[in-house]
Amino acid sequence: MSSLVTPVVAQLGLGVDQWSLALIVGTLLVYFGVAIYMHVGDTDDFYVAGRSIPAVANGAAVAADWMSAASFISMAGLVAVLGYEGSVYLMGWTGGYVVLALLIAPYLRKYGQYTIPDFIGDRYYSNTARGVAAVATLFVSLTYIAGQMRGVGIVLSRFLGINIALGIVVALALVAFIGVLGGMKAITWTQAIQYFVLIVAYLIVTVAIAYSLTGMPVPQVALVTEGIASRLSQLQAEIGMGRYILPYNDFTLLQVFTITLTLMIGTAGLPHVIMRFYTVPKASDARRSVGWALLFIAILYLSAPALAIFAKYNLINTLNGMPVEQAQSIPWVRRWAETGLLSITDKNGDGIVQMAGGAANEVVLDPDIIVLSTPEVAGLAPFVVGLVAAGGLAAALSTADGLLIAMSSAVSHDLYYKIFRQDASQRERLIVARVVILLAAVVAAVFGIYPPGFVAEVVAIAFGIAAASLFPPILLGIFDKRMNKEGAVSGIVVGLGFTLVMVVLMRAHVVLGLERPFLDTFLGINAQGIGLVGAILNFAVAFSVSRFTPAPPDRIGEMVEDIRLPRGSAHTVTEGGGTAADGGEDVATDGGIDGPVDGPVDGRARRVDREDATTDSTTDDPTTGDPMTDDPTTDDPTTDDPTAVDDARPGDE
Amino acid sequence: MSEATPESEAVTESRVESRTQPDLNEYWRRNVRLIAGLFAVWFVVSFLMAILLAEPLSDVYLGNLPIPFWFAQQGSIIVFVVLIFVYARRMNKLDREFGVED
Repeated sequence: MSSLVTPVVAQLGLGVDQWSLALIVGTLLVYFGVAIYMHVGDTDDFYVAGRSIPAVANGAAVAADWMSAASFISMAGLVAVLGYEGSVYLMGWTGGYVVLALLIAPYLRKYGQYTIPDFIGDRYYSNTARGVAAVATLFVSLTYIAGQMRGVGIVLSRFLGINIALGIVVALALVAFIGVLGGMKAITWTQAIQYFVLIVAYLIVTVAIAYSLTGMPVPQVALVTEGIASRLSQLQAEIGMGRYILPYNDFTLLQVFTITLTLMIGTAGLPHVIMRFYTVPKASDARRSVGWALLFIAILYLSAPALAIFAKYNLINTLNGMPVEQAQSIPWVRRWAETGLLSITDKNGDGIVQMAGGAANEVVLDPDIIVLSTPEVAGLAPFVVGLVAAGGLAAALSTADGLLIAMSSAVSHDLYYKIFRQDASQRERLIVARVVILLAAVVAAVFGIYPPGFVAEVVAIAFGIAAASLFPPILLGIFDKRMNKEGAVSGIVVGLGFTLVMVVLMRAHVVLGLERPFLDTFLGINAQGIGLVGAILNFAVAFSVSRFTPAPPDRIGEMVEDIRLPRGSAHTVTEGGGTAADGGEDVATDGGIDGPVDGPVDGRARRVDREDATTDSTTDDPTTGDPMTDDPTTDDPTTDDPTAVDDARPGDE
Repeated sequence: MSEATPESEAVTESRVESRTQPDLNEYWRRNVRLIAGLFAVWFVVSFLMAILLAEPLSDVYLGNLPIPFWFAQQGSIIVFVVLIFVYARRMNKLDREFGVED
C-alpha cells in the first residue's frame, strides 16, 4: 500500500501534518455540506429522518454511530494490552446486535414513535416510567459522549498540534451545527459517509501492516495462517507480560463472562442505537438493517484483533532491546511523547529499553494510541497517517452526533413535550430540540476538556448503566404482556440504583478522586460487568412486583399484540400530522374497527388485513396520533372469539 | 397495499369469518422458537466455545490459533452476522406464511 501511495505523496510534497490537515478539513467540509443540503423543518424528519432511510444506509449509519472513538481508537489498543481478554469487547459489542435484532429492533420499529422513553412511557402508561427512561438516556449518553470527546482531543492535538480544548470546542460546534440544522436526517447521511471514511482508514492500516509483517494482505487470514500470534504470545511470556492467546491473565472466567454479557445487553439497550431503527420504512427493514449494521461493524471488529496482534508484535520487536537514546529519538516516539501518551524511561539505568510486565516495563504507552501510531510505527506513507486521523475524527464525531440527538429528543420530546408541555406546537418543540443540542454540546465539551478516565473504560460503564436500566423494561414490554407499570418502574429504580452505587464504589478513585476504590469487586465481578447484576435485579424485581400488582389495562395488551406483528408498520403515523413515508395514502373507505375481513381466500384475506391495519392506524383518533394505544388490533384475526382475547395466548413469556 | 380496495362482497362478510384467519398465536410461538434456536447458536459460539471451554480447548488449534481464541476474536463475530441475516430471512418467510408482512 505504501508503495502505491508514496509516489503521489512525493509529487505533491506533502508531509504528515499537511496530509492530516487536508484530510481532516476536507472531510469536515463534506459533513458540513450534507447538513446544509439536508436541513429539515418538521419533527418527523428531525427525530426519525421521515422514516425514509434505506436499510443499507441505515446500517452504515448505525455502524458509524456505534463505532465510536472507543472502537476506532481504543479498541485495538485495549485488545493488544489485554490479549485474550480483549475478546470481551469484540464479542460483547457485536453479540449485542444479535440481541438487538432478535428481541428489540423490529418490534420497536413497529411501535414507531420517536424515542425509547416514548416506548417505555406508552407501554407502561406512565409518565414516571417515561421520565425515568429519559433520565437514564441522558445518563448513558453523557457518560458515553465524554469518551468520544477525549478521542477527538487526542486526534486533534496529535495531528494538528492544536490545543485540546480548542479542538474539542471546534469539533463540537460542528457536530452541533449538523444536528441543529439537519436533525436525524442529516445525521444519518453524515454518519453513512463517516462510516466510509473510518472503515477505509482502518482497513488501509490493517492491510498494510499485515502485508508488511506477514506477506499476507488479508489480516483475518494472516492471523490464522501465519504464526505471528503464537510468536507474540511466546515473546510476551518471555518478557513477563502474560501469554497473549491464552485466557485469564487479567480477568477471571467469571469476569470475562459477565463483562461480555453486560456489553451485549447494554448494546441492545443503548438509546442512541435503538433509536436508529425508527428511521427505516418498515419493521422488516429494521430486521435487515441490524444485519447490515453488524456486517459493517464486523468489518472493523474482525480487523481490530489482527491489528492488535500485528501492532504489538511490531512494537515489541522495534523497541525491546534498543538503546534508550536511539528509541527516544525515533520521530514517532518523540511526537507521541509530547502528547504524554507514551514514555520511555530507562528505569534500571542500563541504557537499553526493556519491555516487561508490571512496573519494570520501561515503555509506558496509553492503549489509545495503538491505532493512531501504527501507521508511523510500521513506516506507512504520510497520507495514510492523515487518513487515520480523519477516520478517528469521523468515528468520534459520528457517535457524538447520535448521542446529541438522543439527548436532545429525551429532553425536548419526552421531558418537555410529553410530560410538561403537552400543548407545545411542533415549531416550539423543534426550537427546544435545537437548543438542547447546543446545551448538550456545551456539557460534552466540558467533559471532553476534563475527561474522566480513559475512553473505553468509561464507555463500558455506560453500557452497564444501559443494561441495568433500559434493556429489561424494553424486553419485558415486548415479551411479557403481564408486565405492568409498577413492575417496570421499580425494576428500573432498583437496577439503575444498584449499578450506579456499585460503579461509584468500585471506581471511587476515578469518579470521586479518592486514593483507592471502596470495593474491588462485587462477588468477583468488576465494575464493567456489574451492569449484568443490575439487569438481573431489574428483571427479578420487575417480575415479582408485577405479579403482585394490578394487570395493565386491556389496551396495553392490544398494543403489545400489535407490535408483535410487522403488518402495518409501513403506515406508521406519528403525531403532529407528520405522517410517515406513505402513511395515509389509503385512508380508506370504511372506517375501521369492523373493517371487512375476508375469509377463505388466503391471498385476498391478506390484502384486506393490511387494508385494515392501515385504516386503523390512520383513522383512529388522529389527535392523539398514537397508533399503538389506539386500537389497531381489535380486528386482529387471531381469535375466533373476540372475547377470548386474554386467555388466548398461552405462549407469552 | 394501495391496490387493496375492499371488494363489495368483502364488505358484506361478517367478522365470524375470521376463524379462517392465520393463527397469530402460532405465529408468535414459531417466532419465539426461532429466536430461541438462534440464541442457542449465539451462546455456543461465544459463551461456550470462547469462554467456558477456553481452558480445556486451548491445545486444539485452527491454523496457528487456539480454537477458543479464534472463536473469541473472529469466529463468534462472523456467526453473529450470519445469525441476523438468517433471522431476517426466516422471519420474512414466516410473515408471508401467516399473511402478516408489512
